[in-house]
Amino acid sequence: MSTPPAGTTLIDPETIAYFYDEEADGFGEPASAAEAPRNPGLMVSAGVIGLGFLALAVSLLGSMPLAGAWTPFLLSFGLLTAGTIGYAWFAYKDTVPGIKHDGIMFGNTTHRGAIAWALGIALTGFYVVLYWWPEYLARAIALVEPLSQALAGQPANQWFLYGFLYTMAVVLFGFRMFMRYRHNRYHIIRTISVMFFQLVLAFILPHLLRALNEPEFYFSYFWPLKYDYLFPGTVDYLVNSPGALGSFMVFWGAVCSFIATPVLTYYYGKRWYCSWVCGCGGLAETLGDPWRHLTPKSTVSWKIERAIIYAVLLLIILTTAVLWVSSTSEGALSSISAPLQQWYGFYIGAVFAGVIGVGFYPVLGNRVWCRFGCPMAAVLGIIQRFFSRFRITTNGGQCMSCGNCTTYCEMGIDVRAYAERGENIVRSSCVGCGVCSAVCPRGVLKLENGPSHGDRYPGSDKPLGALSTAVSKGARVYGDRDGYV
Amino acid sequence: MHTVIVGNGVTGVTAATRLRQLQPDWKISLVSGESAFHYSRPALMYIFMGHMTYEATKPFEDRFWRDQRLDLVRDWVTGIDIEDKQLVLHRNGRLPYDRLLIATGAKSNKFGWPGQDLEGVQGLYNLKDLRQLYKNAERTRHAVIVGGGLIGIELAEMLHSRHIHVTFLIREPSYWCNVLPMEESGMINRLIEEQGIGLIRETNLKEIVDDGSGRVEAVVTEFDDRIECQFVGLTPGVSPNTDLVKSTPIETGRGVLVDHSFRTNIPDIYAAGDCAEIVSRNGGRNLIQQVWYTGKKQGKAAGEVLAGEDTAYDPGIWFNSAKFFDLEYQTYGMILSTPQPGEQHLYWEHPSHRHAVRVVGADGCIKAFNFMGIRARHEVCERWIAERRTVEYVLDHLEEANFDPEFFVRHETEIVRSLKEQLA
Ligand SMILES: Cc1cc2nc3c(=O)[nH]c(=O)nc-3n(C[C@H](O)[C@H](O)[C@H](O)COP(=O)(O)OP(=O)(O)OC[C@H]3O[C@@H](n4cnc5c(N)ncnc54)[C@H](O)[C@@H]3O)c2cc1C
Ligand code: SF4
Ligand code: SF4
Repeated sequence: MSTPPAGTTLIDPETIAYFYDEEADGFGEPASAAEAPRNPGLMVSAGVIGLGFLALAVSLLGSMPLAGAWTPFLLSFGLLTAGTIGYAWFAYKDTVPGIKHDGIMFGNTTHRGAIAWALGIALTGFYVVLYWWPEYLARAIALVEPLSQALAGQPANQWFLYGFLYTMAVVLFGFRMFMRYRHNRYHIIRTISVMFFQLVLAFILPHLLRALNEPEFYFSYFWPLKYDYLFPGTVDYLVNSPGALGSFMVFWGAVCSFIATPVLTYYYGKRWYCSWVCGCGGLAETLGDPWRHLTPKSTVSWKIERAIIYAVLLLIILTTAVLWVSSTSEGALSSISAPLQQWYGFYIGAVFAGVIGVGFYPVLGNRVWCRFGCPMAAVLGIIQRFFSRFRITTNGGQCMSCGNCTTYCEMGIDVRAYAERGENIVRSSCVGCGVCSAVCPRGVLKLENGPSHGDRYPGSDKPLGALSTAVSKGARVYGDRDGYV
Repeated sequence: MHTVIVGNGVTGVTAATRLRQLQPDWKISLVSGESAFHYSRPALMYIFMGHMTYEATKPFEDRFWRDQRLDLVRDWVTGIDIEDKQLVLHRNGRLPYDRLLIATGAKSNKFGWPGQDLEGVQGLYNLKDLRQLYKNAERTRHAVIVGGGLIGIELAEMLHSRHIHVTFLIREPSYWCNVLPMEESGMINRLIEEQGIGLIRETNLKEIVDDGSGRVEAVVTEFDDRIECQFVGLTPGVSPNTDLVKSTPIETGRGVLVDHSFRTNIPDIYAAGDCAEIVSRNGGRNLIQQVWYTGKKQGKAAGEVLAGEDTAYDPGIWFNSAKFFDLEYQTYGMILSTPQPGEQHLYWEHPSHRHAVRVVGADGCIKAFNFMGIRARHEVCERWIAERRTVEYVLDHLEEANFDPEFFVRHETEIVRSLKEQLA
């Protein structure tokens, strides 16, 4: 270092200078740490879960006859249920109610460690077998046979098995949500809601309907998510079904898709469906909760999201339209409509929504399908963005840019980018889970259904204008971080 | 025109982005030694506790700086050559400037305690400290924290999250009661103890004991009590970081002395944020503000001044917030720890000790609020104070100020009943 001329003072570099590469280090998991206090309840619960898996393995891999027997079913799933409930109970019961995020970024399961990858592969594998090699699930299907007989009066198949496991996951991990968020009634109530809709409307009722000789129908799913509900084939089948409810089901589906959806979204935002009713959302908000922070947050991921989700929406509209034209014109378009229907069902309905959507929870976050794929979310999003009263209000200047909100937004929204500028968050993808508001350590965010839609952001009193600008500029209007300065 | 800003904290960065808005063509450089990119200092604790990655504490994506043509210089400024208008950099020679903003933030205080430089003894201000804390925490089973401010309690929470047993040594009779009124302070004492953290009050540190190898092995209090520990956190507050200008002709007091437009006594050199001391216009007390929000506000105003605008800083109505373990705190208007002459304090606390409201009036008009465990609307509270609403009016409309999430239990009925009784 050369001596500086007069008028310059030198800080001795020794006293301040360090050039530490914080980017490369990343401040990951601590090399070692004090041990957590022993929690015997947790250990016993883990043991019970282990026994449950053992019972399951014996039932599935053993050779004893299963069909119709309650014992193996009750033993396996009873132990798993008791263990999971116990685990959630003992993990949180002695803690002070509040946000519980200690160590999330260090956890092997929660931060893309080996366990997370193994879980991801196992989940993905399960979906692949379920869709394409259900014969390997024969013994698992036999295991749930007694429940199927009791509920639907009919033999179980792989879809009954799937529905059962899915519902069980929502209910058990819903209980975990109760423990985890017991200081926050918004989370408790919306979790009760998704548990109810999954258990009653998406599991018990459809199978009871079968027992009553009515079509198996899911009252909480509508077109375009449940795309085939407005396909001519399904409509035909429902209307002509022997039960008395078929026509009502068609009517219900249409009303929900075209009337309830815009009206409810106007008043409450997309959340009334995505984090209160929908089964996909229900699973994401319960089983998927430990991985919500893994959703990518970059602007690039946002661009990909917009490209894919609207493409899927266009595709399903197109497919539905073509199917109707084809069915009303005596098969004029059937050379396109049949392959289109098949293609959509396979790639979007099965691969995207199922295999990727749930299978990738532990590595890409819990809303992969909801964010990038779901056409229902796309429709709800457009309504929410331009024609709704819902907004997340930012509390004046209280934001200190810490980034908790952005980190835990399962939809990959950079909530902080708005909050630190004192702007409300009005984004089509927001499912209103309320977690950003819950985790904010400075009380900056509040989900609200305001008195009108015209006070949400500058220009929102003219929603059509905002929509047309968004379309013409490729959605690069208000809310795009690119326009920061 | 080349504007150079020293410090990429919230003040420097806000000044830079504001300047860029106003002067799209100027060259702007941000020099900082601490980190390559701006990050949120208040989020340091969340990195340590595993709530967030370091990456996530950066408010802007890395490409933002390129897009905005804000040149980032990772270096330490070791001197200022005022004559030639150049900065002396530790590694990269000299950097000429036309205008200079000093936004070097603050530094942890040290009181010259015996043993304060031992291994295992540290403060918490920057990434270097965090790095060191990672290392120190590894072998620590018992920690002592000295100094009961906001950073002290954060440090306690951080260590506690890693199952380290913490003893908190404070000079005051109750946590942060030099700032908070006794009741609010008492709520926090409870929380600290509920977490299993030892709170030793009205006790000064006497010395930190060496284990013979240069590491801490215990602390001794002024009452000669000895507490075994492997870590000592020193958090007796921060002071403006004036190292860079201390022995230049740039005038300093406790901080870098500036006027309300952030001008120092040297033309083209400005200072703002935690490092600045704004000289009072009317001979009153100078203003040193050391929180995130004021850094942001000052940075914005400083950016305008740098751009050539004629902005004078208006501190506006004070507000602040914090979170003590799971208890959120918000304040609007200025409340001192004891009622000032002419002030009327109305206070309600929930029997659970998890919610409280303090309403302060003077001459019948609303002056300030404290909210504990209840979120309040900034805009509403600020408006009421600015409009000098009467205390009765405020109590009658208190629910408009509520900002708690939907479905939360509302306490307004009890609050208003109780506060009105006190008012009468
Ligand atoms: C642990 C902690 C928690 C906090 N939590 C809160 C909170 O919850 N709410 C709140 O309102 N406030 C909080 N604060 C205070 C808040 O962070 C500061 O008020 C704010 O960061 C000040 O911003 P600044 O830009 O003025 O300075 P700083 O953020 O300190 O930035 C100054 C920068 O200048 C750099 N610099 C200094 N000297 C040189 C040099 N010679 N050469 C090159 N670079 C240099 C430093 O490395 C630093 O990066 C907290 C502070 C700490 C330490
Ligand atoms: S912005 Fe908030 S409420 Fe919306 S999806 Fe993200 S975390 Fe949930
Ligand atoms: S969590 Fe709250 S304080 Fe932190 S960045 Fe988000 S809105 Fe701001």
